[in-house]
Amino acid sequence: MHIIESGNVAAATGVKLARAQVIAAYPITPQTPLTEKLSEFVESGELKAEYIPVESEHSAMAVCIAASSAGTRAFTATSANGLLYMAEQLHWAVGARLPIVMCVANRGIGAPWTVWNDQQDSMSQRDVGWIQIYANDHQQIIDSVIKAFRLAQTVSIPVMVCYDGYILSHTYMPFDQPDQTKVDAFLPPFTSKHFLDPENPGNFNTVTLPDVRPDLEGTLAPGYMEIRHNLHEDLRASIETFVEIDRDFEREFGRGGCPLIEKYQCDDADYIAVCIGSLSYHLRDVIDTMRQRDVKVGVMGVQMYRPFPDKAVAEALVGKKCAIVFEKALSYGNQGTLYADIKSALYTHETKPYVHNYILGLGGREIKTQQLLDALTESCTSPEMIEDTPRWIGLKL
Amino acid sequence: MENQTTILNLTEEEFVHPGNRACSGCGLSLVYRMGLKALGKNTILVVPPSCLTVLQGLYPVASTKLPCVNVTFASTGAAASGVRAAMRVLNKKDVNVVAWAGDGGTGDIGIQALSGACERREDIIYICYDNEAYMNTGVQRSGTTPEGVLTTTTPIKGKLQEKKDVPSIIAAHRIGYVATASAAYPLDFYDKVKKATTISGPKYIHVHTPCPPGWSFESRFTIKIGKLAVQTGLFDLYEIENGEFKLTGASKNLVGKPRMPVEEYFKTQGRFKTLDKTIIDKVQAQIDAKWAGY
Amino acid sequence: MTSRTFCDKISRSKPGPGDGGNTGSWRVLRPVINLEACIPAKRNKKACFHCWLYCPDSVVSKTIPPVINYAYCKGCGICAEECPADAISMVDEATHTVEEK
Repeated sequence: MHIIESGNVAAATGVKLARAQVIAAYPITPQTPLTEKLSEFVESGELKAEYIPVESEHSAMAVCIAASSAGTRAFTATSANGLLYMAEQLHWAVGARLPIVMCVANRGIGAPWTVWNDQQDSMSQRDVGWIQIYANDHQQIIDSVIKAFRLAQTVSIPVMVCYDGYILSHTYMPFDQPDQTKVDAFLPPFTSKHFLDPENPGNFNTVTLPDVRPDLEGTLAPGYMEIRHNLHEDLRASIETFVEIDRDFEREFGRGGCPLIEKYQCDDADYIAVCIGSLSYHLRDVIDTMRQRDVKVGVMGVQMYRPFPDKAVAEALVGKKCAIVFEKALSYGNQGTLYADIKSALYTHETKPYVHNYILGLGGREIKTQQLLDALTESCTSPEMIEDTPRWIGLKL
Repeated sequence: MENQTTILNLTEEEFVHPGNRACSGCGLSLVYRMGLKALGKNTILVVPPSCLTVLQGLYPVASTKLPCVNVTFASTGAAASGVRAAMRVLNKKDVNVVAWAGDGGTGDIGIQALSGACERREDIIYICYDNEAYMNTGVQRSGTTPEGVLTTTTPIKGKLQEKKDVPSIIAAHRIGYVATASAAYPLDFYDKVKKATTISGPKYIHVHTPCPPGWSFESRFTIKIGKLAVQTGLFDLYEIENGEFKLTGASKNLVGKPRMPVEEYFKTQGRFKTLDKTIIDKVQAQIDAKWAGY
Repeated sequence: MTSRTFCDKISRSKPGPGDGGNTGSWRVLRPVINLEACIPAKRNKKACFHCWLYCPDSVVSKTIPPVINYAYCKGCGICAEECPADAISMVDEATHTVEEK
């Protein structure tokens, strides 16, 4: 059924359809309406879930960790400083292998205070081990949330579904609300191998030694490093698992097919613009204009950012003349994070495109189509002339 | 208290394995042992970093016979809320959800989450074992460290501030049950935990746990020193049930009777060795004023 | 769907004794019960049991007479201190072991 609603409501509807069981809620701009919509769903009885209005984001993730450890499907949402407040909990959730799903309405982080969109919040947490999926429009938001719950519980790794604050969270678009029966068929009820159970007592995530150590039966139990290695291996394997889940989704709902990267006019392109989030759809207007000028350029949105789909990215870029990476975040003191990841994915290939880096939109700085057109045109004209360093779009002073 | 448990009728079932890493003579060990007897098998524990983490053991061996989830330092109150929410979802309504945290994890870094859980009226039991410093990390001062005490972060002058009154802070949330207890009076503590399992909503029990290495005394005196804290009127055993305050056990028996001077308590522990006479007199005056009101 | 199993390794401990190893080896002094002074032993009935109550490590049994599990007893001395009949003495562990030999 098609409705016209905001990105936040798309996310909340996805959570409702996925039958989340424990929801931890704390308000923060621009995620707040998601939280509000969920409380409406719960209080009206549309969603049978426990709604816990916690007193901080750190506690929000604590509730999710505990509820997930006890065997229930847990969800929370946040942005920016809220995500950072729960930073240690993110590590805890992933090390504990809990299938929590969280929405992040991307927003710049203070200081100085900003409420507007950039992607520094989730980008700054890319090393933690959470799976990161980015949505480009409202349909992708609701679909990704549903897929995220299935992915999380299949691989026992928490998933964050990110979407641009204000640009997607607060704008209105038509999108299809999947049918509940079909979602139930796609997403089985929550089960976990390990959960808190008085009938089968165990102690979760206590101090774990550097070295392996025999258990009560004399079998060697893993040390911290083995447990973390298993997480990393499972993360790498989850790329393929997500592709399979997306295929299932496409069969059931008739949408999808671009779980890792979403390409527009890339196949015959010489130059590929690369970015994450709603910007990839904004860039399509620029691509169309440049195509009219006979510049063979395309745009590729990275949908799954962590684990990084290096093979898919390299496959799409090898043989091209240039990859132009637009980013609303960076690794301060170095360069754009996606830029670095792409260069690293291309490193072992014989033929590599030039790779350029543009930083833009920080703290919600407006991105004008003309700016994108100018930058892309310059990059495509003489790609070899552009240095290997971030260039900034939109600075005024 | 009605139906007081005695040594003879106290259950023999043990929920903690011996051979764990708690210090010799640890007050928490005794408290934990008693508390779990009162809680029984149908219980899930929530534990932040603390001495209890060490007692519970290193992976893959657990000394506790009950299911337990370890959580980050500041999150105990919230994590317990999350477990309770899951129990409601799964329709496991009879399970005790019990948080065990130290004084730092309760009154300092953990106070926000605990306050939130109390305000939300979460159905949890929260037991704070107060050994009056960050003992797990080697005796650093915490909010509940008494004035004048030597710790590794107050090594020369002793703590400059008075002990934070955490039970009163929690009582201000007007939850249904707030109690204090002592490792030295294990049956009183047992009965309080038992009572807590029969009440719904948040229950808070603050138990004084003497610590031989941290307080600097010979391990055989754990009980004697705990008793002195109560008998000098410094640490009182009480319950606040639905807003009504009453002393219990040894503290109740002390009303109207002469109390030992608090100096007798201070003399027993090396951590008080540089205690100023002005502080001793001040504390004695505070105790006398408090007891005049009982 | 691939049949790979995920999450093969997590930190989940199973309950059991001796996580700290043979904690009896921590002892410098060992508690020894004098059965002639011990109240339940003397009366041959359930009585007293302060040593059982106050042991932080639950290594004293609630039996007639109480029996100490020396594999795990840490030698804290609380039982000796709290025994109302002064029936428990803390004996030098090294001497005791030599005598056993």
